[in-house]
Amino acid sequence: MDANILEMRGVSMYFPGIKALDKVDLSVRPGEVHALIGENGAGKSTLVKVLTGLYKPTAGNITFEGMARRFSSTVEAQMAGIVAIHQEPIMFPDLSVAENVFSGHMLRKRGTGLLDWPGMRAKTRELCARIELAADPDSMVSGLSVAQRHMVGIARALSMNARLLIMDEPTSALSIRETEDLFKIVRQLKAEGTAILFISHKFDELFAIADSYTVLRDGKFVGAGSMKDASVDSLVRMMAGRLLGQMFPKRKVEIGREILKVKGFTAGRSFKDVSFSLKRGEILGFFGLVGAGRSEVMKSLLGLDPLDEGEIYLENKKVRFKDPHAALAQGVAYVPEDRQAQGLVLPLSIADNICLPQTASLAAAGFIARKTEASLAREYGSKMEIRAAGWDVEALNLSGGNQQKVVLAKWLATKPRILILDEPTKGIDVGTKAAVHEFMSNLAAEGMAIIMISSELPEILGMSDRIIVMHEGSVAAVVDRAEASEEIILRAATGAAGEAA
Amino acid sequence: MKKLLKRKETTLVLLILLLIFAVSLRAPGFVAPGSLLNIVVDTSILIIVSLGQFGVILIGGIDLSIGSTMALVGMAAAMLNQFVPGIPVWFFAPFSLVAGALLGGLGGILVAFGKLPPLIASLGMMSAYRGLVFILSKGQWVTANEMTEGFRKIPEGLTLGLPHMVWAALIVAFLAHLFMRHTRSGRDVYAIGGNPTAARFAGVNQAKVEINVFLISGALAGLAGLLYVSRYGIAQNETASGFEMQTVAAAVLGGVNIAGGSGTVLGVILGSLFLGVVNNALPVLRLSPFLQMAIQGFIILTAVVANTLVDRRNKRVFAAGRVR
Repeated sequence: MDANILEMRGVSMYFPGIKALDKVDLSVRPGEVHALIGENGAGKSTLVKVLTGLYKPTAGNITFEGMARRFSSTVEAQMAGIVAIHQEPIMFPDLSVAENVFSGHMLRKRGTGLLDWPGMRAKTRELCARIELAADPDSMVSGLSVAQRHMVGIARALSMNARLLIMDEPTSALSIRETEDLFKIVRQLKAEGTAILFISHKFDELFAIADSYTVLRDGKFVGAGSMKDASVDSLVRMMAGRLLGQMFPKRKVEIGREILKVKGFTAGRSFKDVSFSLKRGEILGFFGLVGAGRSEVMKSLLGLDPLDEGEIYLENKKVRFKDPHAALAQGVAYVPEDRQAQGLVLPLSIADNICLPQTASLAAAGFIARKTEASLAREYGSKMEIRAAGWDVEALNLSGGNQQKVVLAKWLATKPRILILDEPTKGIDVGTKAAVHEFMSNLAAEGMAIIMISSELPEILGMSDRIIVMHEGSVAAVVDRAEASEEIILRAATGAAGEAA
Repeated sequence: MKKLLKRKETTLVLLILLLIFAVSLRAPGFVAPGSLLNIVVDTSILIIVSLGQFGVILIGGIDLSIGSTMALVGMAAAMLNQFVPGIPVWFFAPFSLVAGALLGGLGGILVAFGKLPPLIASLGMMSAYRGLVFILSKGQWVTANEMTEGFRKIPEGLTLGLPHMVWAALIVAFLAHLFMRHTRSGRDVYAIGGNPTAARFAGVNQAKVEINVFLISGALAGLAGLLYVSRYGIAQNETASGFEMQTVAAAVLGGVNIAGGSGTVLGVILGSLFLGVVNNALPVLRLSPFLQMAIQGFIILTAVVANTLVDRRNKRVFAAGRVR
């Protein structure tokens, strides 16, 4: 008898002109965490959609709990026990926790067929207790943190008696502590016999939580095995055919004179007395847990958020930016974290997006000079190696990695002296990550000063010349590249360093 | 309880009471029981159709055809009564509901299967149905003395001391609450408006929801058309023209998110009552009709802005709480 809860053999999914999945095999045992690894576009999402009944596979067999299955809707897959929790938990923010948990399978009263609210509340309370989620069943989901929303997603899966839980990058928006809480629940579910298909770009997490793995590349099965026998190097090689050293191509750069100095930044409860300086050719890493105040400092620097106290010196001249536009005019560009919400106008073309910050200067007598715009887009678009059919392609048709490249191109086209990047590689695949890193390295070599906010330690360690670690709104440590280690930085970020000193 | 104070509905109740109090300072007769009941009776039609509009707004749409549907169904009912006086009066209730549902359902089909945005679909229906009123009546009015007495008395008759008009609004409100809060189909409406993608993942049938809300909006507009025509004793081409805008105002005043996904039946009722009080108060204060319109618009805008600000403040409190 086959012990696998899920068995996929030769599953293919063809779209016109594209083989999104090409004869993929996948086996998951009950009570294990199985990592599904691959770059963006490798076919992970397609595979999830096939499993959850959103796509019907072109060919191949799926066996779930010993039965040959082919789901024709998410409801059918959920009934069978396969439930997916998506990247940023898709939910109904204006509805209650209980209602989100039971969306799609609400309990009804016998006889009248009306909804059984007391029953749903009670069951939700029970599920929340089980996964240690402190939320009232009647409270609105809009009032919960991202981590709590994930928990609601898990509660929802549990309410449907999920036998196979698919988690698609569940930690991308979580802090380290929240991630640990999530993993605790994952281990608990595992112990209860639930199988988990875990998708993540972060190797440290995969090694921490997964038992086995399957690697996909370009829609094809590349390899599978036990996590114990795998190494980061071997996985990266399978994913991209590329070595780890190429992930962080940091070049040695002559550090120039000081270009920016920030003194005594204080704003309400967000941060207090933050000072730092930035030099030409330098990549200054900002590390901290979610809520440490890194992005808030940058937003205040750019005049997006109010500042109670503090001074800014740009090349020794005291300045104050009233908005990002004013900062841009002085050569300070800020690339926000949430590229979809803050960085890109999705229905506009690549070219329009790239030229957006400069429409005023590109517009002669109020009309936008299309030709100049096109050449600007071409120059920076190809510099960033944006892969698209043309510069007039709408941004919403691009992959996440290419969207990020458009956002970067857009700010680079303004030829800034200082570039502030907030989580520049969040949620993009290994290949694009390497490209973005290489690009940062080249810019620094050309003398640009770069501030990089990142929550990924390998990236911080791999790319920064100097690292500023923030903890609860203050600078906890400033560490040079040569002295930096994972431990030193994590201690400072969690506040442990202060206690030891 | 703190929760009660935070609710938009509470703010609205206080606003309504404040308004009534302010008006009564200038015109003491305004707070007489008879006068207040009159306001409620006047507002019943608005409550009924606003609850229909509510469903469409919940899915992120808007139904512009409400006024025209009221006129068309009202005219059809009045002419039926005029030319076939023998038809029993009770028949007109199911007649207007079904006729309205058919007219609204057509919009639902256009949206669900024709993939038209609700605004465009209902804009087309608005003109088409208004045109049909004219074709049906050949431009003639049906006036009170051409209606049977039973027909004219539909909204006025009393049961348990309350006029039928108010009963109609109460029953519709109760059913709306039951549907929106206690049935799967009702919750699906919120799901589609709150997050269409997530709703699809959860197995909600979007087309069904779209047809449902337009069907209901149409049915309620039909019923309201009947009540309108019999209460004012006249069916004509311009009946209830522009009424849909009042329903939108009532819903938004009642705290319904114009982008869809949130709002309550109670909120819509209070929003309608607020408008009703404003509409009735301004003539009492003997302001010129032109000034009345401007003031009405101004009050609506103020209330909506206040609502939005309260909303935003609540969200900010939450955001600040998260930083810690």
